[in-house]
Amino acid sequence: MSKDIILCGVGGQGTILASKLIAAAAMKKGMPIKTAETIGMAQRGGSVFSHLRLGKSEGSPLIGKKRADLIIAFEPAEAVRQLPFLKDGGSVVVSNHPILPVSAMIGDSVYDVPGIMAYLRAKVADLAVVDSDAAARELGSMKVLNVVLLGAAVRSGALGLSKQDILAAIHERVPERFHKLNEKALAFAR
Amino acid sequence: MHSEFLMGNEAIALGALAAGVNLAAGYPGTPSTEILETIAKRGAADIHVEWSINEKAGLEVAAGAAYSGARTLVTMKQVGLNVAADPLMSLAYIGVKGGMVIVVADDPGPISSQTEQDTRTFAMFSKVPVFDPSTVAEAYVMVQEAFAFSEKYHTPVFLRPTTRIDHAYEAIEVKDEAEYEKHAYEGFVKDASKWVIFPKLSLRSHAAIEARNEELSQVLSAYPRNKILPGTGGMGKLRKGIATHGVSSMYTHDNLAPDNRVPVLHVATPFPFPEELAVKFLQGLDEVLCIEELDPVIERALLTVCGKHHLPVVIRGKLTGDMQTAGENTVESVGRAIQAFLDREQPVAEEAAAPALPVRPPVLCAGCPHRASFVAVKEAMRGQKTIYCGDIGCYTLGNAAPLDMCDTCLCMGAGINIAQGVYHMDTQTKCFAFVGDSTFFAAGITGTVNAFYNQADMTLVVLDNSTTAMTGHQPHPGTGRTIRGDAVPAVSIEKVLRAIGLTVVETVNPFDHAEAVATVKHVAAEPGVKAIIFKSPCVMLAKPAAHAKVNAETCIGCQKCIRSLGCPALVMQEGKAFIDETLCTGCTLCESICPVGAIAGGEKL
Repeated sequence: MSKDIILCGVGGQGTILASKLIAAAAMKKGMPIKTAETIGMAQRGGSVFSHLRLGKSEGSPLIGKKRADLIIAFEPAEAVRQLPFLKDGGSVVVSNHPILPVSAMIGDSVYDVPGIMAYLRAKVADLAVVDSDAAARELGSMKVLNVVLLGAAVRSGALGLSKQDILAAIHERVPERFHKLNEKALAFAR
Repeated sequence: MHSEFLMGNEAIALGALAAGVNLAAGYPGTPSTEILETIAKRGAADIHVEWSINEKAGLEVAAGAAYSGARTLVTMKQVGLNVAADPLMSLAYIGVKGGMVIVVADDPGPISSQTEQDTRTFAMFSKVPVFDPSTVAEAYVMVQEAFAFSEKYHTPVFLRPTTRIDHAYEAIEVKDEAEYEKHAYEGFVKDASKWVIFPKLSLRSHAAIEARNEELSQVLSAYPRNKILPGTGGMGKLRKGIATHGVSSMYTHDNLAPDNRVPVLHVATPFPFPEELAVKFLQGLDEVLCIEELDPVIERALLTVCGKHHLPVVIRGKLTGDMQTAGENTVESVGRAIQAFLDREQPVAEEAAAPALPVRPPVLCAGCPHRASFVAVKEAMRGQKTIYCGDIGCYTLGNAAPLDMCDTCLCMGAGINIAQGVYHMDTQTKCFAFVGDSTFFAAGITGTVNAFYNQADMTLVVLDNSTTAMTGHQPHPGTGRTIRGDAVPAVSIEKVLRAIGLTVVETVNPFDHAEAVATVKHVAAEPGVKAIIFKSPCVMLAKPAAHAKVNAETCIGCQKCIRSLGCPALVMQEGKAFIDETLCTGCTLCESICPVGAIAGGEKL
């Protein structure tokens, strides 16, 4: 089995940890992995992405357009930004909570959130929208949004990894005092 | 051997450790930084690792160790090589005894750099051999081969990864520590005929280097990483081939696989160019497309080979307009170029555009002390004619609206000298130069001496957050810590400035807003060169003590906080300012500037 997965969001949202958890889970299953991610200046509130190629030992660490099986978007506008990479019939998991950039606050750029969500709904048949505000209220923290989204990705079936696979990776890579919270986050379904 | 999931930079570091590296030095710079950090983390205690004050110092320290017979690694980003160019050019003539690998990370895009310069071109200019890895796994092995090669031919060599190799991750096979090579060295042996560069020696060395590189071109034709991948044919009347390198070879692979119609020349050592291998590849072909990033290095080399050997092959690439001349290649851009080359087919147009997306330029973090410093200077100088010369670091982000506090940015340390030039042409302008603490040590001290000596009138503003923040928080001489975490005496920026001769040097916490504004006003009014040190730790390293809150009843919705600070934690909600707790660090800057006192609860660090 091979899967091309893109994680995207805004610098500081935890996309890199999510990408590490998927990679660790895949590695435990003995799959070859290549990933590429944004590091550097863009981490300061810019658009960031991780490309993960599971089950491929040859080829580029970056995924080509219209080739990704799954996009996990931490933010609606970033989902649209990466959408050209989704293959026909691919899946998208998206958080519905927008991150407004400073440029939108001071009127230098627009962010039409309903328009963007409508575009996603129109373009992607297999779309899972995660209610992040509800998740934050229920879990008491926005910090585990990455694991909430991984949970949704597992349930979509497009990740190719099971809840147990991800859970094992969490137990391996996350400090023990956060295990309970992460388990709840992984199970959060709305 | 065992398997590890490694970043390209970590793989390069582990490769150097496996080769028995004795000394590693460098200066932080994206995308190269993690190499040295990994050496410090994973290397044995007897390996000397240091963040040098800049790339020139790092290369010179390594030269001393290499003269002593030690194996040395030097790391930097591509623009860092400009700083290290002086010792490099001469070291190419002098040569080394122990193997020296200079890792220079190039940044096509550019993603985090000032230029799109190509270290392969620098290699040709300096006559130093260069290895160009195309995957994480190859980088791991190549760095070990580069050490052996350097030692065998007594020359420093470049390893030139690009961002997509440095920051890619791959699960690869690496050696166990027990399998690492042990490199013994004898120490420095005096020999003035060898280690002292004089015109007579230079002339002799120059001739020797040219002869050696001629020989290396043949040796490298047999180097297995330079290779011809056969094609299956069937592309029509014209016999075509592709020449490529680095990560572009992977994009090429993804577009040619699985049927691989055309032969591919993979160039792993662009200089000295594997000429014999290239001739073998070109014979029997009518047209070759060169797929490369940055300079058309392979393209020019193939043109030369065709000319030298009278081969009637059309070489296509950047020089013929078949490939983009600037920017990063992608799987798509390479796919389009291959399609146009093989099928003479215009690629299908991209589909209709998505809705307008918000732009997300990188911004200063919520609670960043640089924001407070910029706001203080801006407020203090309101109504006066000013220029704000910026420099390289997080504070370059002060150029963005609404702060708009960076009028120039050129290269490390340049702002201090640019401010002087502006002053000499217009003595009525109040000239400011902003420089970070790490940049001050790397490239700011000579500029300050220049200003003082040549009687400029300017205000130096040192933004001291006690770390090298942009590249991921490396220590520097002012922090009192080494790359290994050892405590050492810290170099005081204030004492350095006073020793140069500056008499007005004020240190202030930028979050003490009123005091900061008053300090800027009085310091800027002094004659000559004077300095303000804004001291407050990088907010990414400090734990927020409390969050600020907006009292919605008091807030008049004037948006002054949002429009003057551009803090990512401040948003408007139902006509009032609102603070996003997950981002707020309680820095108190918005509290200081709110005209109605509607914000409270922060606790400055």
